[in-house]
Amino acid sequence: MSAKQPLIGGLQAPAELLLRDVHALDPRTGLDARRDVRIRNGQVAELAEPGTLETDGEAQTLEGEGRLRLLPAFFDPHVHLRTPGQEHKEDIGSGTRAAAAGGFGAVIAMPNTDPVLDSAPLLRSLRDAAAREARVPVGVLPAITRGLQGEQLTEMAELRQEGALGFTDDGRPVRSAGMLRKALQYQRLCGGVLSLHEEDPTLSREGSMHEGAISAALGIAGIPTVAESTMVARDAALAGYEDARVHFQHVSCADSVEALAAAKARGFRISAEVCPHHLLLTEEDVRGLDTRMKMHPPLATEADRVALVDGLRAGTLDCIATDHAPHAREEKEVPFEQAPMGTTGLETAFAALYTGLVAPGVIGLPLLVERMTAGAALFELPTPSIALGTPANLTLVDLDAEWVAGEDGWESRSENCCFAGRRLQGRVLMTLAAGAIVHRDRALASSQDGELAGAR
Amino acid sequence: MNHLISIEELDRADIERIVAQAERFAEVADREIKKVPALRGRMVLNLFYEASTRTRSSFELAAKRLSADVVNFAASGSSVEKGESLKDTVLTLSAHKPDAIVLRTPWAGAAELVSRWCPAAIVNAGDGKHEHPTQALLDVYTLRQRMGEIDGASIWIVGDVAHSRVARSNVLAFQRMGAHVTVAGPPTLIPRGIEQLGCEVRYTLDELHTADIVYALRMQRERMTDTWVPSLREYASWYQINGRRLTPRQVLMHPGPVNRGVELSGEVVDSPQAVITQQVEAGVVVRMAVLYELLAVAREPRSDGAGAAPGSLAAPAPAASAADAMPAPVAEPVLEGRPA
Repeated sequence: MSAKQPLIGGLQAPAELLLRDVHALDPRTGLDARRDVRIRNGQVAELAEPGTLETDGEAQTLEGEGRLRLLPAFFDPHVHLRTPGQEHKEDIGSGTRAAAAGGFGAVIAMPNTDPVLDSAPLLRSLRDAAAREARVPVGVLPAITRGLQGEQLTEMAELRQEGALGFTDDGRPVRSAGMLRKALQYQRLCGGVLSLHEEDPTLSREGSMHEGAISAALGIAGIPTVAESTMVARDAALAGYEDARVHFQHVSCADSVEALAAAKARGFRISAEVCPHHLLLTEEDVRGLDTRMKMHPPLATEADRVALVDGLRAGTLDCIATDHAPHAREEKEVPFEQAPMGTTGLETAFAALYTGLVAPGVIGLPLLVERMTAGAALFELPTPSIALGTPANLTLVDLDAEWVAGEDGWESRSENCCFAGRRLQGRVLMTLAAGAIVHRDRALASSQDGELAGAR
Repeated sequence: MNHLISIEELDRADIERIVAQAERFAEVADREIKKVPALRGRMVLNLFYEASTRTRSSFELAAKRLSADVVNFAASGSSVEKGESLKDTVLTLSAHKPDAIVLRTPWAGAAELVSRWCPAAIVNAGDGKHEHPTQALLDVYTLRQRMGEIDGASIWIVGDVAHSRVARSNVLAFQRMGAHVTVAGPPTLIPRGIEQLGCEVRYTLDELHTADIVYALRMQRERMTDTWVPSLREYASWYQINGRRLTPRQVLMHPGPVNRGVELSGEVVDSPQAVITQQVEAGVVVRMAVLYELLAVAREPRSDGAGAAPGSLAAPAPAASAADAMPAPVAEPVLEGRPA
């Protein structure tokens, strides 16, 4: 029923580019081989054996030396672009530049802005801004309830006609089961995925971190994992009862994975995302009270982390989302309990996961790429792929390149990244989104004559 | 030792050194002129974001007995109420170049944070529900005065452990000194995971008679409105330390202020077993010892005005003898630390 293009914005400069001898990997088609790839007018025009394509007037040629990996561009179903109202944290331009720098070809923006994105005029205005300012295409999830108050549904049908991909009250749960049920029923009219932030506020209360030994030692109010898992179980049951399409955001603990697996086994139409920080960090990382480690849901135990990795491998967790949540320096430079929840993540997601999970052999690169691109289909969008005749949605990465996160600054307006200062392996060299080159690493930008060299 | 942020960062030797120094300072309180010149010309700033009379005045008295200048800065009625951040308040007050800042805030980790922002020695006078290290030190001091070593002693900390920074600091400090610690209280007020600090957990006082020392915590009335326990009446009937529960050989402690009739019955407060007023007395001499330790004994030279690296609470070389460390009452003030 969506009447308008759900993704909007992105650079309008069709790429003309020859990628020579890159190692192309597309886990869905089984492509995993060295190729020459010609991009003409923003489309994948030729895929050929390495060393067989010659330059044909393209402005740019890049030598992959059989080493650089060409992947489908990543898709992030959960970012906070902070527009309108909180542009001191992020705006559409800076947020989508951060996405491009992280290899993402499209993102979905959350509605907990100021004002809350809960009406058609606001959605139109945001999409107009995205059309002008976004570097990569942006989809939008307006609110399920007006003002995120949990009391009255937004005009979901009109919002869908104006291009809403779905709906979410992210940042808050839909507390009332009865209210959520109405939204699930209304979905039969208007479609669109309902994307849920799961938290029982009577359990999470004023908590600032995971409830456990470390919160007990620090004297900081803890958030028990059951604050999430009981709501996941409740809403999965509701989704099953109404045969509704529901997506669970930022799943953070073993109990939630178990609840999701049980609901999926019953054939419910549910999906789930997991964040890089929950896959890589634990409550131990909060011990020093670094406010960059404060996010919602909180970092949990090592057993929870392992269960999330297992859930990702098994497919119980369908995709990776960053929950990129920028906050200004002064907002985070306060005592831990006062700091707002959230970490940025777009610029470090691939490298952090490659470093933490793929390089040590915990999961394979094809699985990581699959999960970093799977979000598109969950929101009824075409999956990025490396296929002839499709718009170039591609990411070129150097898996051998090492860098220190944040060392050269950030594209994001904010610097509250939980991986800042860590040595990461794997660097995005170039991103193409909707046929345009939207990011070039400085290693490429500094080469001469428009010739792009893969050398580090 | 550059700061006193938490008991967690101290080892037994650190605690014993501070307590021993406090014992030497106890003599000053008995003099006609209750002052030594040890910190003459130094400035101690009391920065309090929470209401406090006894802790603040105890620090003030301690600093004055060491001849330091004292400035009190209360957050209420100040620029803080106009929206100034903790960082800006600290940077502003730092411009007055205090040698030490005594800091109380409602936020865990705030003292540690402030120690990174300014060059002064930071004394944590309570950071949220995290720690209150000088309270634990004065409690150890009080017990040593009363009974000598506490190695092997059984200490029960009873009441609202979840919201108590005193409990957290004391669980650590008593264990460092060789005692066995048990925390007891309503299950809603015992935080999940607290046993990982090394203490035992009990939900009734059935075995309270096994304790050598009973440490009752203040039951804050505002916790009642939040339904942590069904009623003060029920709390008192299960957890109040009274003449029926307290055996004659046990020592009773409380950080104050006491809610008579809630966590303690009137008769035990007034009994000779209670060392509650001794704890208050100990507060001044222990805080003198802490300020002396930070400002006179072991202050490492700073070249750049920046705070020491976080977590650098390493034990300095201890003073060789009481005579060396103790400022001479009438002669030249001892301002320099002993060489390491």
